[in-house]
Amino acid sequence: MCAATASKIEVTVPEGVKLPIFMDNHSTTAVDLRVVHAMLPFFTQHYGNAASRNHVFGWTAEAAVEAARGQIAALIGGDAKEIVITSGATEANNLALKGAASFYKKQGNHIITVETEHKSVIDTCKRLQREGYGVTYLTPRKDGIVTPEMITDAMTEKTILVSVMLANNEIGVVQDVNAIGAAIKAKNPKCLFHTDAVQGAGKIPFDVEKAKADLVSLSAHKMYGPKGIGALWVRRKPRVRIDPQIDGGGHERGMRSGTLPVPLIVGFGKAAELAKEEMHDEAIRLAALRDRLYKGITSRLTETYVNGSMEHRLPGNLNISFAFVEGESLLMALKDVAVSSGSACTSASLEPSYVLRALGVGDELAHTSIRFGIGRFNTEAEVDYVIELVVKSVERLRALSPLWEMHQDGIDLNSIQWTPH
Amino acid sequence: MAYSDKVIDHYENPRNVGTFKNEQDVDASEVGTGLVGAPACGDVMRLEIRVKDGLIADAKFKTFGCGSAIASSSLATEMIKGMTLDQAAQISNTKIVEELNLPPVKIHCSVLAEDAIKAAIDDYKKKQAK
Ligand SMILES: Cc1ncc(COP(=O)(O)O)c(C=O)c1O
Repeated sequence: MCAATASKIEVTVPEGVKLPIFMDNHSTTAVDLRVVHAMLPFFTQHYGNAASRNHVFGWTAEAAVEAARGQIAALIGGDAKEIVITSGATEANNLALKGAASFYKKQGNHIITVETEHKSVIDTCKRLQREGYGVTYLTPRKDGIVTPEMITDAMTEKTILVSVMLANNEIGVVQDVNAIGAAIKAKNPKCLFHTDAVQGAGKIPFDVEKAKADLVSLSAHKMYGPKGIGALWVRRKPRVRIDPQIDGGGHERGMRSGTLPVPLIVGFGKAAELAKEEMHDEAIRLAALRDRLYKGITSRLTETYVNGSMEHRLPGNLNISFAFVEGESLLMALKDVAVSSGSACTSASLEPSYVLRALGVGDELAHTSIRFGIGRFNTEAEVDYVIELVVKSVERLRALSPLWEMHQDGIDLNSIQWTPH
Repeated sequence: MAYSDKVIDHYENPRNVGTFKNEQDVDASEVGTGLVGAPACGDVMRLEIRVKDGLIADAKFKTFGCGSAIASSSLATEMIKGMTLDQAAQISNTKIVEELNLPPVKIHCSVLAEDAIKAAIDDYKKKQAK
């Protein structure tokens, strides 16, 4: 009897749904065709170097770059002159933190960030620690939120920079950056506020003035633009300074040298423009799909736990633990659906997600977590298929799980002497 | 990561899933159970053997773990059926690695399956000694 339910399941693919389904839109996104069309002429027709000042090829490229800066800045309420083009947000985060830490080191050597930040912030902070800076890594609340008080409590006279992300890439939790920025500036107007806005920009309203931000990291490939292009927004009034991390021809007002990849920048600009125009309606649509996914799964399966605040969350994000079912085995069952897991088995480090750990989620539940990232091109029919597949797969894997059986028999798993290996 | 066809086959059609616990005709004294691993590590295997006349007459398993862990334990139940306890105790994880074509990062799954076999045999022997 058990063997029957433990065997392969069949779920019919609804009409109009094409496999594989991409539901991992926090890792990256498909480039919107409108973005591709905007980029194309800049490969073969307008291929000039934007730094060439003496011919029309250069002028055309430069004009396109300037227009794109305007589109990118407009998305976050900034000015085109404040955009420093980078290769992506990893570089933007490195430049923001290292650049500001270096420039302002005479004012202090203390930085505050959060344990749930992206690795490009965490690892940059670790390097700064090795160079003599002090870094406080705040532990968020169980729902993933960092309060303004947590930050101001950690601030000292030595604090030169606070870095808190707008929205988290794993759990989708959205921080109240406006309240955080206000609290930082109220305590010390000179302390800089950096936010990694990669996952939030273009998905939820964000404005650099309202957040009182000084430095903001962006990446095109999370908003239906091309990979390998991003930006650091650097406030001009009052002027924020950073030491460059890449030296060379003095591009980007000396803050980031290197020939500008014009087609990518044009694509980034177009993606930002579309995001700004469509964000409102898209957020409503994605939140409805996400809620449909959530209800579809949790109405049919018990022992599921959402990781992170459901209220303060990106519209397209659902991160959920399916107790007693290991994440990688579930990913294997969902092989025609691209999602990701916080399970150790799926990471190079063989450690479960450090983000879930920071929230206090136990390792046994972290191993069972799945992140769904619903995006612009997902449909209701896809969501319905995913619900069916997830529910049946979890049921099958639970039929295979000794832990599920023990749980059903009323055995407290904490009372067992396990043999960690 | 790409899985070998054998891993996929065992994952999709696991052999010998279950427990002897609820089977009327099985005497508890005939059964040895090995429970190895830990939920916090992301894999737990439970392997049961039913011993008759010194031979492993039947085996059953349940596993919480990745596809390779499920496949390793499923394969282990197939391998030990019909063996003497001594023969089964000789099975090393490398046999499972070879059979399933496990990549280096999944070797611990085969080790766990070997441990589960040994733990089940030990449990059975302890019961007999009583
Ligand atoms: C929150 C966050 N910050 C930074 C990055 C890095 O961005 P990029 O891929 O552009 O280097 C990512 C994407 O992986 C992210 O999700």
